[in-house]
Amino acid sequence: MKKIDYAKVDWQDETLWLVRGKRDRLAKSLPEWEKLRDAASRIKLYSTSHLPELLDQFETKARANGAIVHWAKDAEEYRRIIGDLLQSHSVKRFVKSKSMLSEECELRPYLESLGIETIETDLGERIIQLMGSRPSHIVLPAIHVKREEVGALFEKEMGTEKGNCDPTYLTHAARKNLREYFLSADAGMTGGNFAVASTGEVVVCTNEGNADMGTSLPPLQIAAFGIDKIVPDRESLGVFTRLLARTATGQPITTYTTHYSAPRPGAEFHIVIVDNGRSRILADPEHRKLLNCLRCGGCMNTCPVYRRLGGYAYSYFIPGPVGINLGVMADPERCKADLSACSLCHSCSALCPAKVDLAEQIYRSRQHYCSSAKKKLLSKGMGFVMGAPWRLETTLAAGPAGMKALKALGASWGKGRDFPDIASQKTIKKLRNDK
Amino acid sequence: MKVAFFIPCYVRAVAPQVIECSLKLLRHLGVEPEIPQGQTCCGQPMGNAGFESDTKRLKQRFEKIFENYDLIVSPSSSCVAYVREHYGDSFKGRIYEICEYVHDVLRPVSLPGSFPHKVCIHNSCHGVRLAGLSSPSEQNIPYFNKLRDLLGLIKDIEVVESERPDECCGFGGLFSVEESELSVKMGRDRVRRHMATGAEFITAADSSCLMHQQGIISREKLPIRTIHIVEILASGL
Repeated sequence: MKKIDYAKVDWQDETLWLVRGKRDRLAKSLPEWEKLRDAASRIKLYSTSHLPELLDQFETKARANGAIVHWAKDAEEYRRIIGDLLQSHSVKRFVKSKSMLSEECELRPYLESLGIETIETDLGERIIQLMGSRPSHIVLPAIHVKREEVGALFEKEMGTEKGNCDPTYLTHAARKNLREYFLSADAGMTGGNFAVASTGEVVVCTNEGNADMGTSLPPLQIAAFGIDKIVPDRESLGVFTRLLARTATGQPITTYTTHYSAPRPGAEFHIVIVDNGRSRILADPEHRKLLNCLRCGGCMNTCPVYRRLGGYAYSYFIPGPVGINLGVMADPERCKADLSACSLCHSCSALCPAKVDLAEQIYRSRQHYCSSAKKKLLSKGMGFVMGAPWRLETTLAAGPAGMKALKALGASWGKGRDFPDIASQKTIKKLRNDK
Repeated sequence: MKVAFFIPCYVRAVAPQVIECSLKLLRHLGVEPEIPQGQTCCGQPMGNAGFESDTKRLKQRFEKIFENYDLIVSPSSSCVAYVREHYGDSFKGRIYEICEYVHDVLRPVSLPGSFPHKVCIHNSCHGVRLAGLSSPSEQNIPYFNKLRDLLGLIKDIEVVESERPDECCGFGGLFSVEESELSVKMGRDRVRRHMATGAEFITAADSSCLMHQQGIISREKLPIRTIHIVEILASGL
């Protein structure tokens, strides 16, 4: 059973609901919103069903632009390609912007094992790195951290004033601190929100400008993205950039939307295209639409369970509705317990900007993997009782006492809730016969 | 036209007044439904828990019980949505949630009775997002709410909706016992938002959500109570 942190539950729920509220206001200010979602879903389905052509086209264009393209079939190849690149360029200090793919492939620990100093430059991600922790949300990685905790952390790590937890002050301190790393880094890296097949561009959407800082100075630039990030052309890209920031953070557009196509003069630009289980998702008709995901985090902000539990309650590095599904696809034995963290309210499916059938997929995965022995017992027991009308009537005739006899059910329901009264058979018979 | 009344198992167990009021309402509107014998459960609790494969015989029984009816009406949007989604196509255009049926098909312009109370609508997840009883708050489509429309036919009633008008109450079938702590937390939050409107009653088209919230209300002795929407709609009958 998932545990609630009562000290933070309401604060976290309200904070994330505010983000959902901002998203709602922007979504409802565009008359064509639902058409955009529909278009996004169709473009993604088109793209993932035309991957060979689109990825080929991307590679050809990117090479023509002067980029060097690498292919990684899994996390290990991804780490090795990037590690080899950094070592062959004698990189000692490496700055990167936020990339969920790098979390997925556990890049940072690997690079650190090679002796390469790796600095996260997204503010939230930097806080998480300094805390020695992991993101609790894919867009707002440090959303669970209170500013007092950030103040104490920065005091220790950056020598800020004792007890000062003013957000502007702390942001300025982080900015000054990160600037040193930007100026002295030997290489910079970004993920990729989108990869445009017709132009060979990698598109990165950020708010802090850290991706641009990190890629503007060093002689070596790397961009890595999963094969599901491909979109056919700039026109279709426009559908996604309109949806992404509005859903993710309630902004019309991210502060920076950078199209990386060619290396800067005198620099090298390497692109790493990664599969790491995506083609397996594509091959599974029950879960194929997971590849529509924009990683906007909208399903987390709307999920009544995620808002109350927070990201650390989940087994996979991506939490919330999409994380439950991705986790079960990546490592079912480790992640199947997370299938319980869903009341099947379908808010995620109703909100997803690319119409991933998130709740429906959780339902389907539950048919293959069971999250707890207790649930199995209850379900089997209920199935037996419902199997014949007389069994149902006999069970109900025992009333609440009968229900309490089902000890597991009784104990769990009775904590915090009263039992309902059970209608007698006489009442029901009378209702059936009354005209 | 032969109309059947499908009694969901938990309505049979804990909400007999919902059966009584549904039948009164339908009869008042000129529909005389039959209540086929041998009904138990559509299989939703087991399916949602991950054991749909255990419900094959339950489904066969359900299909057989209802095969000779032109129309099936039931006071549960959740069960109706489940049958639509997980049963054969023969049920898709044939099964209705009672509010949906009254609102879309029978379309009464008035109902007798007065309910001089402030009532907060609990827009249940499956009612909103699967059965289409109201516009989901996530989507940019014009506002509609079939429950509000129907309640508007009753005199002297004041109808409100809460902040976060369609957030889940945390029932979720076996979710309520597998994740009971979380389920209770979600329910308490939901009841408090209903109470913040100053309403005396929480009403919904699903007895399951109401049973869960009433359990919390009774335990905490809160000054609000739950009532199924058909109880209000049939209050003058």
